[in-house]
Amino acid sequence: MATVQDIEFKDPAARASAANEELRDMQGEKMVLNMGPSHPATHGVLRIVLELDGEIITKAEPDIGYLHRGDEKIAENMTYTQFIPYTDRLDYLAPLANNVAYALAVEKLHGIQQDLPPRCQYIRVMCCELARISSHLLGLGAFAMDVGALTVFLHTFTEREKIYNLIEALTGARFTTTYTRIGGVSRDLPPGWTDQCRKFLHEVVVNFDESEKLLTRNRIFVDRTRDIGVISKADAIDYGLSGPNLRGSGIDYDLRKAHPYLVYDQLKFDIPTGSVGDCYDRYLVRMEEMRQSVRILHQCLDQLPDGPVSISNGKTVLPPKEKVLTKMEELIHQFILVTQGENAPPGEIYFGAENPKGELGFYINSRGGGTPHRLKIRAPSFVNLGILSHMLPGCMMSDTVSILGSLDFVMGECDR
Amino acid sequence: MPTSAEIAYDSKIEGDVVVTRVDAALNWFRKNSLWPMPMGLACCAIELMATGASRFDISRFGAEVMRFSPRQSDVMIVAGTVTYKMALAVKRIYDQMAEPKWVIAMGACASTGGMYRSYAVLQGVDRILPVDVYVAGCPPRPEALLDALIKLQNKVAHEPFLANQRKTD
Amino acid sequence: MTALELAQQLKARFNDLIADPVEFRGEATVKIRDAERIAEVCACAKNDLGFDYLVDLSSVDNYGDDPRFTVVYELYGYGHRCHLRLKTDVSEEKYELPTVTAVWRAANWHEREIYDMMGLRFRGHPDLRRILMWEGYPYFPLRKDFPLSGKPSELPEAACTRPAPLQGGPFVTVDGGKDSTVREPRARLPEN
Repeated sequence: MATVQDIEFKDPAARASAANEELRDMQGEKMVLNMGPSHPATHGVLRIVLELDGEIITKAEPDIGYLHRGDEKIAENMTYTQFIPYTDRLDYLAPLANNVAYALAVEKLHGIQQDLPPRCQYIRVMCCELARISSHLLGLGAFAMDVGALTVFLHTFTEREKIYNLIEALTGARFTTTYTRIGGVSRDLPPGWTDQCRKFLHEVVVNFDESEKLLTRNRIFVDRTRDIGVISKADAIDYGLSGPNLRGSGIDYDLRKAHPYLVYDQLKFDIPTGSVGDCYDRYLVRMEEMRQSVRILHQCLDQLPDGPVSISNGKTVLPPKEKVLTKMEELIHQFILVTQGENAPPGEIYFGAENPKGELGFYINSRGGGTPHRLKIRAPSFVNLGILSHMLPGCMMSDTVSILGSLDFVMGECDR
Repeated sequence: MPTSAEIAYDSKIEGDVVVTRVDAALNWFRKNSLWPMPMGLACCAIELMATGASRFDISRFGAEVMRFSPRQSDVMIVAGTVTYKMALAVKRIYDQMAEPKWVIAMGACASTGGMYRSYAVLQGVDRILPVDVYVAGCPPRPEALLDALIKLQNKVAHEPFLANQRKTD
Repeated sequence: MTALELAQQLKARFNDLIADPVEFRGEATVKIRDAERIAEVCACAKNDLGFDYLVDLSSVDNYGDDPRFTVVYELYGYGHRCHLRLKTDVSEEKYELPTVTAVWRAANWHEREIYDMMGLRFRGHPDLRRILMWEGYPYFPLRKDFPLSGKPSELPEAACTRPAPLQGGPFVTVDGGKDSTVREPRARLPEN
C-alpha cells in the first residue's frame, strides 16, 4: 500500500509566497568560481579563484606557480653563458629582449658595459625593438581575441611571422633565440638583412593602421575597455607596476629615457602615456609604443656603424675558431671559458631593462667564479599580477577578461 | 579524387558512391577532423598558435577547431613544460576527454622534461598520460607539429576500432 | 642628489643601526645591522627620502656563514631617480623579520615568494602562504642544502613527486660543482 502524503500548501498564493522566501534566502549566497589554470582567456596557466555575487566579483585570489620551473636554482649551477637559453623562455613572446637584458646585467657585473663595440649596441637595440613590436602585436592580438575581435589576431600573427623570418635569418631560430653573449652578440647581421628589415617596417605600419581601424573606434571594443580596470597613479607606484601598465596610468617613466643603456640616448623617440589608467588607455599606449619602435628601428638602420660585434679580450667571449685551433692562448681561453665560465668579480649588482612587459631586472650576487651565487629575476609580470586582488573586486565577471588582456602578462616570466 | 591504399574505394566503378568497410570509413572521418584540445602551457603554446594562424594553417588538416572544452575534443596537444603543480590539472582534463582520444606531446619539455631538470618539473608528460606522438624541438617548428599531426592521422587510419569493440563485449 | 648622498642621509637618521654605504659599479648598498627595525628604516626611506618604488625584494642563502640568510631590498624613487639597495641579515635560528607590506603593497607577493623559496617568515604579513609551490610542499627549494633535482614529496590528490631521473647514477650531475667538467652528467665511480 502506498503511503499518502499531505500537500503542504493547499492554495497557490501561499505556495508562491513560500517560494519567494526561499529565493530571498538564496540571494544572499555567493558563488565561488574557479577560472583556470586551463582557460582560453588566461594568458598561460593562471588560476583565479573568484567569489561572485551574481555578476559582480567580491573577492579575487590569483593562484600562480603552475609554470614554476626552478630557473633561479638552475642558474646557480650554470655558467653565465649557459644560462642564456633559460632567459629566452622567461618572457617567451620577446626572447631577444630578455637575452639583451641578461647580457647587460652580467656585463655590468664584469664592468664591461661601456666597452661594448657600437655595432653591437645598435644591433642589440634593433633586437629589443623588434621584440617589442612582436610582443605587443601578440598582446594586442590575444587581447582582441579574448574581447571578441577574432580577425585582429590573424592579422597580427601574419606580421609576427614576418618578424620571425627576420629573426630566423639573424639568429637561426624563430624565437628562443639565445642570441646575445656576455660581451657581444653571437653573430653579425647576414647580408641583405637590413633591406629585409626596412621592407618589413614599411609593411608593418600598414598593418598597425588596419588594426587600429578595426579596434580603436569600434563601439563594442570601446565599451568593453573604457573605464574598466582603472589603476590610479598612487596604486600603480605602490604596487610596483612598470612598463605600459605604469604609463597607461599617466606616469611618464621609461627606463630607456630615465637611465639610458646601449645607444638609447642617441635615438629620438617619444614615450606615450595614458590619462585615465583604464584598459583602453593601456591598449592605446601599446599601439603607440609599436609605432615609436618602428621609428627607432629606422634610425638604427640609418645609423648602423661597421665594426666588430663582440669584445675580443678573451675573458668573456669565445675567441674565433680559426685562432682556437691554431694558437695556444686562444685555446686556453676557450677551454677555461667553457669549463669554468667567465670569472666574475665578487659583488652584487642589479640591472633593470625596459622590456615590452615592464622592467625586467636581474639581481646577481656573485662570489667570484663562473657561476652566480644567487640570481634573482625581477619579473615584470609577477609584480604586475599582484594588483589583481586589489583591482578585480567590484568589476563584473566579464570584465576580468578585458583586465587580464590589458595587463598583458606572461606566465613563463611570472613563475620563472 | 585522391585515393589511398587502405581505404580502398575505386571511383571509376562507383562514381560518387563509396563502398568500403565501416572501420575504414570511421577512421577516415576521425582522422580528417581531429579537434585538438590545446593544453598550451609555455612557449610551445605560441608555436601552437602560430600553427593555427594563417601561415601554417592547421585548418587544412581539419584541426582548426581548437576546443578548450575537453568533452568536445579528440586530441590533447600538451605544449609546454608540465610542472608537478600543473600535472594534476592536466591529468584531470585528460580524464574528462571522451574516447577515442589521443595525445601529442609537443616539444622537449612535454616529451622528457626538456632542459629543466629541476625539482618542480615533471620529466615528461608520459609519466601521467599515454602519449601517441612525440615532437622534438624547443620549440618545434609549426611544420614539425603538422608532421606530428599527419603521423597521428596515419595512426588513426590504422586503428581496428570495431574489432576492438567486439573483443571487449 | 645621488644615491650615495641619500644613503648618507639615511645613515644620519639611524646612526649605528646602519653601516657605511658601499659603492660598487655605480650602485649604493647600505647594510642594516638589526633586521627587526627594517620596517622603520623602509618607512623612513619612503616617506622622508622619497623612495616610493620597491623594485625588488630578494633573499640570499649564505650557506656556511652565520647569519645564514640575507634579505635584499632594491629601492627607487621617481622623484630623484636614484637607486638604493638595503640589506639585512637573518639567522637560521630566528628566520623571521617584520614585513614591509604596510610601506609598499608590492612587497606582498615578493615576501610570499621569499617564504616559499627560502623559508623566511614575515611577521605581520596579511597572507603568508606559498605562492609558487603548492600548499603543503614540505621543503624550501632555494636553500643551498636542497638538491636541484628535488626530493620526493607528496602532491595532494595526484601522484607523489619524484626526483629527476638519473639522479644517483650511473650518469650523474653534481649540483654546485665548481666546474662544468664536474657538473656535466657522466659516469662516475661509486662515491664513498
